[in-house]
Amino acid sequence: MIKFSQQQLKVPKLMRPVYLVTAGQSKFDRAIPEKRTEELCVDAFTMASGMLNISAAELKSHIHSCYYGHFADHFGDQLLGEAVIHDRLGLDPLGNIGVKTGGATGGSTLWEAVKAVASGYSDCVLAMGWERMDEVPTDEGNFLISCAADKDWESPLGHIYTGYYAVMAQRYWQIFGKAEESFRRTLAEISVKNHGYARMNPFAQSPMSITVEDVLKSPVVAYPLRALDCCLMSVGAACAIICDEETAVKLCKDAPHKPLRIWVAAGSHTLRPADRRNMEIPLLPNEKPDQYKNLGREFPGGERYPGFSGFLGARMAAWYGYRMAGVTDPTEDLDLLELHDAFTISDVQTYEDIGVRPYGYGRDYVESGDCYHTNPKTGKPGKLPSNISGGLIGCMHAVGATGIMQTFEVATHIWNRWAEIHGDEKRWKEFNRKKPADWKDLQVKGARRGMAISHAGVGSHVTSTILMDPDHLIKKEM
Amino acid sequence: MSMFGQVYVSNGKYRLKGDFHHMTPNIPIRNAEDGWKLMGVTNPRSMTYIHTYGGEAPFFEALGKGKLLGTRCDNEGCEYKGSVYQPFRIHCPDCLGRNTIIDMTATAKKTAKVHTFMVCERSGAFNILDKPIKFINIEFEGVDTILMSYLSLGDPEIGMKVVPIFRKQNPTYTILDLSWVPEGTPEKDLPENFGF
Ligand SMILES: [Zn+2]
Repeated sequence: MIKFSQQQLKVPKLMRPVYLVTAGQSKFDRAIPEKRTEELCVDAFTMASGMLNISAAELKSHIHSCYYGHFADHFGDQLLGEAVIHDRLGLDPLGNIGVKTGGATGGSTLWEAVKAVASGYSDCVLAMGWERMDEVPTDEGNFLISCAADKDWESPLGHIYTGYYAVMAQRYWQIFGKAEESFRRTLAEISVKNHGYARMNPFAQSPMSITVEDVLKSPVVAYPLRALDCCLMSVGAACAIICDEETAVKLCKDAPHKPLRIWVAAGSHTLRPADRRNMEIPLLPNEKPDQYKNLGREFPGGERYPGFSGFLGARMAAWYGYRMAGVTDPTEDLDLLELHDAFTISDVQTYEDIGVRPYGYGRDYVESGDCYHTNPKTGKPGKLPSNISGGLIGCMHAVGATGIMQTFEVATHIWNRWAEIHGDEKRWKEFNRKKPADWKDLQVKGARRGMAISHAGVGSHVTSTILMDPDHLIKKEM
Repeated sequence: MSMFGQVYVSNGKYRLKGDFHHMTPNIPIRNAEDGWKLMGVTNPRSMTYIHTYGGEAPFFEALGKGKLLGTRCDNEGCEYKGSVYQPFRIHCPDCLGRNTIIDMTATAKKTAKVHTFMVCERSGAFNILDKPIKFINIEFEGVDTILMSYLSLGDPEIGMKVVPIFRKQNPTYTILDLSWVPEGTPEKDLPENFGF
C-alpha cells in the first residue's frame, strides 16, 4: 500500500472501556527439560490468580472465552497445541482461538482479547501465550525460524533469519548511524543495560554484568551485529486477564492493585523487505508536516521511506494506538516502555518508528540517558525508561509469550508492585536462581502509563499495547 | 538402497515415486544428575514436501536459462499501471490484476546496484551456501522493489554495481540459481555451474 484511504485511517474504537486486571508468567530459560508446556501455562495462570489473592478456580469461573498465542507449531511438532493447553487449564468447553503473528504473537493475542471484551462478546477473557524452542538443536531451530521468511525467495538463502533481517540493520547502520564507532558503542550500551536489568529479574534467562567492551568483543553474527546484540531463544509462558469494568472491579475487590485501562492497536508490512514500496511517512501526533523534508539531505540515502531502515508496521501500530488512547507525545505522556529489542539496532529503529525520537535521531534516546531507570548522566530518574525487564536481550523471547510478558512488566510498575514481584526471595529460590547481593529496586516511581511494542521479524506484524492507571487517563472520554 | 522421492504431474494430479521419508527409532532422554530417570524421548523424522511454484514457475525455470524475469502491471484501470516488480509478483498488489511477465535480464546487467547487504557467519540446518554468506539487496532502475539475493565473489558495499549470474549447468530450480558478482568479473572466475 502506498496511499491510505480515509476509511483505512479511521481511529480504532473500543465500544466500551477495557481493563487488564491481572497477569502472570513462568520462569524463562533456554531449555526447561523438567516441565511440559502446560505446566508452564499453569504456573503463569496461578501466578495471575495469586496476584488478585483469589484461587485459580475462582478466576477461571469469570472467564468466558480464551485467546492463545503460540507461534511455531513446527518447533513443538504439535498442531492445535491451543486445544491441549485449554484442556489442561480446565477451560473446556469455552470458545478459544489460536493466534500466530511471529514475534508479535503475544501482542496480537492481547489485541484479540481486548477486542473480544470491547465488543461485548465476553466480559472476561484469558490471553495466554507460550513458546518452547528447546525441542530441536540450535541449527535446526535456526532452520525452523527461517521458515518465517518467504520459503521460495529468502529461506533457501542460508536458512538463517538473521541474514534477512540484518540487511536492514546494515542500511540503518550506514545511512543513519553513518557507520560511526560512537554509534556502535551506543548499540552496545543497550545490551549492557538490558542484560544488567535482567539481573534484577528472577524470571529472566540472561542476567549479565557486562561492559560495552564485552559486547564489542563478542563473536560477530552479521557485522556490525555481534552475539551480545541479539535476543534470546527461550521457553516459557505468560498470561493476562482482560475484563470489562464491572468484572474488573469485582475481581480486584481484594487485590492489592487496581485494574488498568488497556488499548491495543496493530500495524503490518511486507513479509519480504524486498516488496517494500516508497511512500510518505505517516506522521504521529508529535510530528510536523514538514519535519522530514530534509531527511535525505541530513542522511544521504535516507530519503526512501520506509526503505530498509524503518518499520512501517511499528509506525502504524503507534499511529493507531496513540490516537486511540489519547497519546500526543510518547515521551511526555508515558512513564515507561517495553520494546521489542530483537537486536540492539532494531531497538533504535523502533524509537523512531514510535516517535520517541524523530527519524534519524533514535540513538539520542540512549545517549541522553532517557531510556534508563536512572539516567547515568544525571543520576536522576530516566525520562522514559525502557526494558527494565531485560527485554528480549536479557529476559526472554519465548515468542508467543513475549508481548504478554512485556505488558505484565509494564503493569507491575503502574501497580507499584515491581519490587514485591521481582524481589521475592521465595521466587528466586523456586526458579533455582541466585538473587544478586546488589539487587536493586527498579520500580519506576509514580508510573501511571506505559506501552509495550510487540514486533514480528522484519516487521510483518507489530502491535502497541498501552496501559494506563484509570485515574490518570490522558483524556477523560477515552 | 532407497531412492529420493520424485514427483511429476499428469492429468492435473501429482504422481509419486521413491521414498518420501525415512524411519529412525525413538531414543529415551534421561537425566544424568538424577539416577538416569526418564525425562522424555527423541522423535526423529525426515519428510519430503511437495510444493508448487504456481504462477511463479516461469521465474524459476528461466533462471537456469540465464534469464531474470520480473512482472509489470499493464492494467489500464490501475492507478499504478507500469509498476515493475522484482521479486516477481504474479498479481499487482494494487488492482490484483494479473501482471505481465517481462524479461529484465538486460536491465539487471546494466543497472543493478547493492542497496544494502549483510555478511552472515552463521547458517541454519540444511544450508548449502558457503559461509560467510554475503546477502545483498539489489535495486534496479525502473523497478519499484528491491530483490534479496547473494553475492558469490568479492565483498559487498552499498552502491556497488553488480551483475547477475545464473546456474545454467545442473540448476537446482530454486532461488539459489540466481547469484551476483561485481561488475567486470571475468567469466572464468565464476563459481562452478554458473555463467552470465
Ligand atoms: Zn495494477
